[in-house]
Amino acid sequence: MTAQRVIGVVLLAAALVAPWFAYPIFLMTALCFALFACAFNLLLGYVGLMSFGHAMFFGIAGYFFGHVVKAWGMAPELGILAGVAGAAALGAVTGALAIRRQGIYFAMITLAFAQMIYFFCIQAPFTGGEDGLQGIARRPLLGGLLPTKDDRVLYYVVLAIFLFGYGTIYRIIHSPFGQVLKAIRDNEQRAVSLGYEADRYKLLAFVLSAALAGLAGATKAMVLQFATLTDVSAAMSGEVVLMALVGGLGTIIGPVVGAFIIITMQNYLAAAGEFVLVIQGAIFVVIVMAFRKGLVGELTDWWKSRRSAG
Amino acid sequence: MAEQETILEANGLTKEFKGFVAVKNVDLRVRRHTIHALIGPNGAGKTTCFNLLTHFLSPTAGRIYFNGREITGSSPAAIARMGLVRSFQISAVFPHLSVRENVRVALQRKIGNSFHFWRSQKVLDRFDRRALELVEAVGLSAFAELPAVELPYGRKRALEIATTLALEPEMMLLDEPMAGLGQEDIKRIAALIRTVAKDRTVLMVEHNMSVVADLSDTITVLARGEVLAEGPYATVSKHPAVIEAYVGTGHG
Repeated sequence: MTAQRVIGVVLLAAALVAPWFAYPIFLMTALCFALFACAFNLLLGYVGLMSFGHAMFFGIAGYFFGHVVKAWGMAPELGILAGVAGAAALGAVTGALAIRRQGIYFAMITLAFAQMIYFFCIQAPFTGGEDGLQGIARRPLLGGLLPTKDDRVLYYVVLAIFLFGYGTIYRIIHSPFGQVLKAIRDNEQRAVSLGYEADRYKLLAFVLSAALAGLAGATKAMVLQFATLTDVSAAMSGEVVLMALVGGLGTIIGPVVGAFIIITMQNYLAAAGEFVLVIQGAIFVVIVMAFRKGLVGELTDWWKSRRSAG
Repeated sequence: MAEQETILEANGLTKEFKGFVAVKNVDLRVRRHTIHALIGPNGAGKTTCFNLLTHFLSPTAGRIYFNGREITGSSPAAIARMGLVRSFQISAVFPHLSVRENVRVALQRKIGNSFHFWRSQKVLDRFDRRALELVEAVGLSAFAELPAVELPYGRKRALEIATTLALEPEMMLLDEPMAGLGQEDIKRIAALIRTVAKDRTVLMVEHNMSVVADLSDTITVLARGEVLAEGPYATVSKHPAVIEAYVGTGHG
């Protein structure tokens, strides 16, 4: 616990001064992926549900944002709300079916839905097909009070959104509902025998996770000013699994660390071209073989053992 | 209206698995405030019976009544909420929650705030006192903050009973509560079952005959999915068909 708190404080301080040391667009992108990974981890780490199609929520929210802001010319706040609501609605429909199955079958159903959404996005008239939605204007926030043309200003908006999402996840995990989720993760049959309708709890968790993934996706579309097919693709669903695993499942800050590592690699190793994927794969194998709990998980354990030893 | 004598009743309970009949036309009547044991050789259908009574399996035929109300089609969680709570053959705890939290998850259910994902879990602190009372009642006070996964096996079974008791069920179904326990633990759990059965009803599947003889008011013997005999231990243990079933399959 203390180890996680120390890491949290250091990261928050770093986040506040970061745009003076690093490229703001890169930081904002990383924050969006970090929130996406946290939303995914809410399901896998705290309910034990392995979704293999989480990109559908992330990506579809980007399209919702793009459509509301570009085609309808509405405020970005409404675009983000539309993205969250759209992702949550999609989560309710796909979740209601997927949670009826467990383990690999659950994962396969989510993957199948994500593929359907992907091909829908290629064909549908309002998604721009292969091109996606390009050039979504950056409109000012708060009814014109907060201009967002300056990347550093927008950075703090994105940081606030990220912290809101992260705080929401923290609260969900440490709520009466979160206690039941952990009980279901640990022993579903026993939770049922205590009178909990496990499926309803799982569905609510699924919808919350989808909504938060949508928040991340819509924010990313606001930052980069486009919504793209890449964000609804199966590769993106895989990438978020990678981020959560590298950082550490079941630790709330792990996925944030994982997302920053992966995004940093993609950014700075871009010159290596497709080899980035090979390197990612290698890291994935090493982490799964040697650091089963992810970087943050292992670090927490090391800290604890050092304390109990000293 | 006076309380009915029979708390749980099953009529013509049958379960077929693709041609194999695991439970065949079983009638069961459990009297209120008694300890009722379900015994029989391996494969007799005892656990299947339990799964049918709590609807973890759906019966092929037959009806089940709890407190005079039909529960044949109710969901397992709904049956638990009515006050018919079961345990499992392998100890059923929540390994990554502490002992105190294990019990608290059960206490929390009745309040109806379990979907409140926007509230702090501090609202659960008010259950801590009751949770710790229950933890103490099963002799686990010293382990209250330990994750359940770190408890020795016998202690896990005690925790399971504390969790079940937290629901204040009218009736408990215990599936082999003594399985895998040493002599000391058996004594402790048997005493615990006797205590909790004072104001509730217990139906248990158990292989340990001295425990069954000691605790049960009524025994139902199952063999090959059918009821072979029923009555108090003294009668049942002398029943020729029972002796044959046990000797025939156990030592034959």
